[in-house]
Amino acid sequence: MSDFLMFSLVPLTVAIIICMSCALLGNFLVLRRQSLIGDAISHVALPGIVASFLLTGTLASSAMMLGAGVSALFTVAMIELIRRLGRVENSAAMGVVFTSLFALGVLMLEWNEVGTVHLDVEHALYGNLESLIWFEGTSVASLFDTQALSDLPPQLGRVAWMGALVAAFVVVFRRGLVLASFDADFAASVGARPTLVGLLLVLMVAVAAIAAFEAVGAIIVIAMFICPAAAARLMTNHLASQIAFSQLIAVVSAVLGYVLAGYGPGWLGFSVSLSAAGMIATLSGGLLLLACLFGPYRHRREPLG
Amino acid sequence: MNGALHLSDEVVASPLAIHGLTVSYDHRPVVHSVDFITPPGSMTAIVGPNGAGKSTLLKAALGITRRLTGDIRVFGKPYDGRSRRVAYVPQRSSVDWDFPATVIDVVTMGLFRDLRWWQLTRRHHRDKAMESLGRVGMEAFARRQIGELSGGQQQRVFLARALTQEADLTILDEPFAGVDAATEKAIVEVLKTLRRQGRTLLCVHHDLATVRDYFDHLLLLNVHRIAAGPVATTFTAQNLQETYGGRLGDVQLLRLLDEAPRESREC
Repeated sequence: MSDFLMFSLVPLTVAIIICMSCALLGNFLVLRRQSLIGDAISHVALPGIVASFLLTGTLASSAMMLGAGVSALFTVAMIELIRRLGRVENSAAMGVVFTSLFALGVLMLEWNEVGTVHLDVEHALYGNLESLIWFEGTSVASLFDTQALSDLPPQLGRVAWMGALVAAFVVVFRRGLVLASFDADFAASVGARPTLVGLLLVLMVAVAAIAAFEAVGAIIVIAMFICPAAAARLMTNHLASQIAFSQLIAVVSAVLGYVLAGYGPGWLGFSVSLSAAGMIATLSGGLLLLACLFGPYRHRREPLG
Repeated sequence: MNGALHLSDEVVASPLAIHGLTVSYDHRPVVHSVDFITPPGSMTAIVGPNGAGKSTLLKAALGITRRLTGDIRVFGKPYDGRSRRVAYVPQRSSVDWDFPATVIDVVTMGLFRDLRWWQLTRRHHRDKAMESLGRVGMEAFARRQIGELSGGQQQRVFLARALTQEADLTILDEPFAGVDAATEKAIVEVLKTLRRQGRTLLCVHHDLATVRDYFDHLLLLNVHRIAAGPVATTFTAQNLQETYGGRLGDVQLLRLLDEAPRESREC
């Protein structure tokens, strides 16, 4: 039990919160055919973090998150600019912007040899979920001990705030989100401000991606923005049940992925463990594949006469 | 009505008065300096060739598309997108009908302005939506997935959504595009009922052959305003030729104009 509290409780909680929040927002990204924006924002966090390190010389989380946030906003502006000036479709503009900015981040990293500090591309991609150890979590009593609780890894608090913010956003803006995603012109005509809602959604995606990025890396974030929502869409034709399905898939991926990564190889007789983030992302992809093969709403029905 | 110092009575009475509206894409004017005062209680068609800026005019008036210049008044007040007095029915093809929603979900969207974020969609909201669905003869489809509907049924659902808004002015963008004859007739009946209740209707319309049957007022548009007024005096060969750049054949014009005027029989 103490092992679980010390080594597993925090990573598991963090993984569940992140998976659920990203999957929740992912529902609207998928419906708006904007799935790539999550991909874009989690990639450009890298150049943002490197730039903030170069400017401030610290690896403090606040500076890193600010850098990532600024680069996310910059990316959204660039995407919009390229889309308008180049008259290309949205996903092409996104693809161009985030790959070049990510590449720029890699170059900046090498050139300045920040690489020698604990900031490498690998960390950016897989994160370090397993390193979120709660050293004071020695017994169940620790859960009620303020001293021990204050020793919880700071990522947990940040991720919890992010989760609450994302949930509050979706609850407050649910009608506007649905309306803006389904029929933006009508939404504008009834004062639902679809442009503002779209921007807020992207902003929430940035907040979720950045908070998650630091704790679990980019891979899981990208997977969670797309896989659970896309799989859920194939399971039902109702938005509310789609959202419920996406949350279920997110939780299953997080819990099962964490357990399989930690213990799976042991069950097979190998004395190693795998990256939990990688396993969670893989599982969510596997669930999407299952939904593609067996989901009841894979085919759009033909209109009646 | 310049400077908003003094608005004429006509503008104050009009559910939608457009003054000097210009919209441009990439420095090319799509709608140029159009004035139009929608007569209250009228059923007005906006007619013009493809690319004449008909939809753009409406979207710009409603604040959906940004306008370069122009003053928009709804009953004399500046339109701020929150007016409950205007309902808008977009083109059916402008939305993704694979969206996970049922017919009743879409119709309930018309109540957006009545529902604050902390309010749940209650029974009486659903009842109101059902009543609107009944008015377009679609109540049996309430629980259907919108992706299962035919074009005509989709259009009726959009009309039902506008009916829940109970607006003084309903603006429709090509409500008869791609719908079957039965649906067209049903929609016209609903629109005429609305007008009998004193409401105003403004429609982008494509079919010149039905203009005189369905509408009493007309705005002929081709980037500029070509002509506007009652159908009886505005729907003339000269105005139509000017609107369509002389591309209408003589036979076509004769057929449109030479039949005994039938307008307002059915109203």
